[in-house]
Amino acid sequence: MKVNIKSENGTAIAVLSGEIDHHTAKMLRAELDKFVITMQPDTLAIDLSGITFMDSSGIGLIIGRHKLIKECGGQLEIRSPQPYIRRMLKISGVERIVRII
Amino acid sequence: MEILNEIKFTIPSLSVNEGTARAVVSSFIVQTDPTVEELSDIRTAVSEAVTNCIVHGYRNSHGAIEITVRLMPNREIYIRIKDSGCGIPDIEQAMQPLFTTAPEEERSGLGFSVMESFMDRLTVKSRIGRGTTVTMRKKLSVHGG
Repeated sequence: MKVNIKSENGTAIAVLSGEIDHHTAKMLRAELDKFVITMQPDTLAIDLSGITFMDSSGIGLIIGRHKLIKECGGQLEIRSPQPYIRRMLKISGVERIVRII
Repeated sequence: MEILNEIKFTIPSLSVNEGTARAVVSSFIVQTDPTVEELSDIRTAVSEAVTNCIVHGYRNSHGAIEITVRLMPNREIYIRIKDSGCGIPDIEQAMQPLFTTAPEEERSGLGFSVMESFMDRLTVKSRIGRGTTVTMRKKLSVHGG
């Protein structure tokens, strides 16, 4: 599991690669929260193009980051999920509360 | 019913083994030539069931998770995932979408809903203090090749 975060013009783009499950979500949560709390970006974009597996732990991760960034006055975006992951996002209803590009 | 092939393995309830369980089950099922989507569905359902054992079954403890996968006639996959943890007091409530007893861990409460969505049949049996057994079945499509 890898996270690469870059920031430009108030938008932080977190490019994730690997598999998201309950085990890896803990590490991702810590990395993303540290960045959001320190940098307070207007938008946090989570790029899922490199994610090859995600179960409902990923949904918990996304909803948790959505709540955190909203509290900090920003917004969350999900970018480039693979079709299979898009299906998980649909089943969970996340697509109704978070912008998916 | 006739069992065409079977694998049984046991893993300790460590979160790192969620990926191990998925990998072993995938490797075994590949011999049936599932579609990419079918394999993804099964991997996800296994991941959810194993995570439930770790997060809920063995919440404040550790134990063994027993996984059985059978290839049945007519391209049916049978999977049983069993823990000897604390058990589920109210299965009906636990299976409600978004119900979770671990919100502090950001559990979405979607584990059973995902298993139901991605597999054809799901059965949950549990006894307080004795553990929980999840049984799932999925019939694979017949495709060219």
